[in-house]
Amino acid sequence: MGLLSKKDSKLIFDPLADNNPITIQVLGICSALAITAQLKPSIVMALSVIFVLGMGNVVISLMRNIIPSKIRIIVQLIVVATLVIIVDLVLKAFAYELSKELSVFIGLIITNCIIMGRFEAFALGNGPWRSFLDGVGNALGYGVILIIVGFFRELLGSGTLFGFKVLGDSVEKTMLYALGYENNGFMVLPPMALIVVGIIIWVQRSRNKELIEEL
Amino acid sequence: MAINTDKNSYTVIFAIVMVVIVGSILAGLFMLFRPQIEANERFEKQQNILYAMGINNNQGANDVVFIPTTEVEGEFQKYITRQVVLQGDEVIEDNEAFLIDIKKEATKAADPDYKRRLPLFQGQVDGKEVYVVPVRGKGLWDAIWGFVAMDKDMVIQGVYFDHKGETPGLGAEIKQRYFMDDFQGEGFLVDGQFAPITVAKGNNDPKNNLKNDQEVDALAGATITGDGLSAMLKKDIRLYVPFFKTLN
Repeated sequence: MGLLSKKDSKLIFDPLADNNPITIQVLGICSALAITAQLKPSIVMALSVIFVLGMGNVVISLMRNIIPSKIRIIVQLIVVATLVIIVDLVLKAFAYELSKELSVFIGLIITNCIIMGRFEAFALGNGPWRSFLDGVGNALGYGVILIIVGFFRELLGSGTLFGFKVLGDSVEKTMLYALGYENNGFMVLPPMALIVVGIIIWVQRSRNKELIEEL
Repeated sequence: MAINTDKNSYTVIFAIVMVVIVGSILAGLFMLFRPQIEANERFEKQQNILYAMGINNNQGANDVVFIPTTEVEGEFQKYITRQVVLQGDEVIEDNEAFLIDIKKEATKAADPDYKRRLPLFQGQVDGKEVYVVPVRGKGLWDAIWGFVAMDKDMVIQGVYFDHKGETPGLGAEIKQRYFMDDFQGEGFLVDGQFAPITVAKGNNDPKNNLKNDQEVDALAGATITGDGLSAMLKKDIRLYVPFFKTLN
């Protein structure tokens, strides 16, 4: 056993697959649809959520014995909001273009159900280290889906990855485009993100039958 | 040690302490990052002004690519030959005119005694004098703004529009090439009188071939953003008409 005990590593790796916040718990779908038209914003969003959820879980966990239960939810909101503003400031200072692109959605991390969900369900009842692992694990699970969706949407929708024309130039008709390949403009629109997420859910459940909900 | 976290007094004190701590952390960070954020905003304004003048790195037909931030300061110095502030009848040279916050100026202008400061940027593109003016108004959800580049007869040479929170796919399309490029060639003066250009839904001229109809074809599904854009052009460009009349 390496750095993490078995119980601890479960906290990180469970949300990546069998307890994924997006595909199993179906939380945080809205931002997954909105910002995944390209790979780069998907990755930045994933990193931002890892930071916010990891830190937030630690802060809430440290305060779990002194938070007045009457204003519990408000305290949680303040913690998320503070962390989100920090992310926003850092992006504005060091990645201005990207912060404009993500503008509303960085602010909307506050309302991302995954975050409040983990605060309530985990951080309020567990120690800081375990909460940190749980936060990072869930954010990674969210991020993985974001990146998969972003990868396919950018590749099939615009024929690029990180802005590089990996399939050739669609205007000049080089490489694949010379053979008559066309970009699927529909991939760029939000509905296709839902369909891609749907396909991931389908693949995941058909590989692991235990995940199929009973009707 | 068990604290009674249910007591009202405890709850109130907790809330106050928390707000003070959080407030100071955020204020401190904001002070720390402010120079960097201000520099970014400054570059963005310069990029937008140059874009309206037609100085950009566009390659494809739908690109909106600015001069990179690392070069924009130099390019701005090169192309903008004169920055002025119009105040009443006065024309004051001011090399920081592009930093004037036109939102604040518009608010102050509600006071009848206040002489509003109007920034204007003069530059040369391909040997032609171009005048760029900023505009700002309201869209559906939030602010919209932009820069309009005109020649001395107030014929539009180029525009750049941006928005804070218009609906993606609808109002947010005002910053797309196919919309902004339609403005080129339209003029604000008819027989020497100010005639605003409106975003029209009439579908009279969908390909925008008529350049003297004072109309630009609207975006489908973005009625209020379009109306806001028309109102913004009418309200802000009108202020500059006296200056343009002195040019001829």
